[in-house]
Amino acid sequence: MNTMKKEAEELPEDVELLLPWHAAGTLSRRDAARVEQALANDNELAARYDMVREELGEAIRLNETLGAPSARAMQTLFAKIDAEPARKPRASFNIGVWLTDFVTGFQPRTLAYGATAAALAIVLQAGILAGVFVKEGSVGFTSASLTTNEPASYVAVRFNPQASAADITKFLADNKATIVGGPASGGMFKLRVSDSSLSEAELSAIVKTMSASPVVGLAAKAN
Amino acid sequence: MSATSATSDEVLIGRIANGDRLAMQVLFARHHVRVFRFVLRLVRNEATAEDLISEVFLDVWRQAGKFEGRSAVSTWLLSIARFKALSVLRRKPELELDEETAEAIEDTSDTPDVTLEKKQKADIIRKCLSGLSNEHREIVDLVYYHEKSVEEVAEIVGIPEATVKTRMFYARKKLAELLKAQGIERGWP
Repeated sequence: MNTMKKEAEELPEDVELLLPWHAAGTLSRRDAARVEQALANDNELAARYDMVREELGEAIRLNETLGAPSARAMQTLFAKIDAEPARKPRASFNIGVWLTDFVTGFQPRTLAYGATAAALAIVLQAGILAGVFVKEGSVGFTSASLTTNEPASYVAVRFNPQASAADITKFLADNKATIVGGPASGGMFKLRVSDSSLSEAELSAIVKTMSASPVVGLAAKAN
Repeated sequence: MSATSATSDEVLIGRIANGDRLAMQVLFARHHVRVFRFVLRLVRNEATAEDLISEVFLDVWRQAGKFEGRSAVSTWLLSIARFKALSVLRRKPELELDEETAEAIEDTSDTPDVTLEKKQKADIIRKCLSGLSNEHREIVDLVYYHEKSVEEVAEIVGIPEATVKTRMFYARKKLAELLKAQGIERGWP
């Protein structure tokens, strides 16, 4: 427990965590401005940013030395494509957009209790999964989150009674979490937060982030 | 990636969904090198990486009609590539120990226009980047080389955005430790 606390405490401020993305130019304008301001006011942070830029340059050079695949890759690909059965063009239904529109139609007063809202979120998540399986059919790519055999990581949470289904659905989406169990005693729900086994520090950081959310009343690590 | 090329990628995917082989060739030409390098850094075997990219683009051919444009095409490609690379690594764990390939990757630098000291330091940094674990190497490459945002890395790797930031932090911390062991003290962490 002390080790977990120590690891969580050693994490720097969010602005320092963003330095790699600032160097790569992939931050939003708002976050980039925040980092720029911090760099202008903190010489130590600016020195660390120089290290990040050094790492960025060498990571690019390292990758650029890797070369390119031979023509065999393309030949193999098109030989396989030629062997594929002919298919008809298909229309696509965006279930994600539909779900967002549907859920945001609910108001907090309509769904007064977190457990009720979470139960609805479970139903909606189950619906998404069923929809994905139906859409995917029996061939081809499915996302890693649905098919991986890696050990998963879990967090137990109790949702705030005032949280609406839309709040909970957004919270789950933002945290890439899926409700896999509950409600247990005390209104606790079990969330899968990663398909892989996260380190203690990473899991502690997720618990910390979730605890800070107004949607959540209580969050703790779970097995 | 610019908004224009992102749009073009989506247009290509639409054409691929209708069975346009030429659109497939264009998309392949545009992305196959980066996908190859991403996969090669994970599996560390060129022949396996080549096999994998044809599998990745074959999935694109098959699944183009289901692409909904909620993420960039390059992000979708890397998600598929990662899944396939990890599947291969689970089947052939010995690929992670392909030291010959790893050494070949480390020894290919040549920068005559910099000082010897800087060149040595750059060489060591690249060697240490190669020495990171798969998990750390993957996130460093996605952020630094593939120019993926926090949100995109979260989607590709399948972890929360907060974990993306902390995992990158720990990857950089590990890199600093490896550099220190090689005699490069940077005063952090």
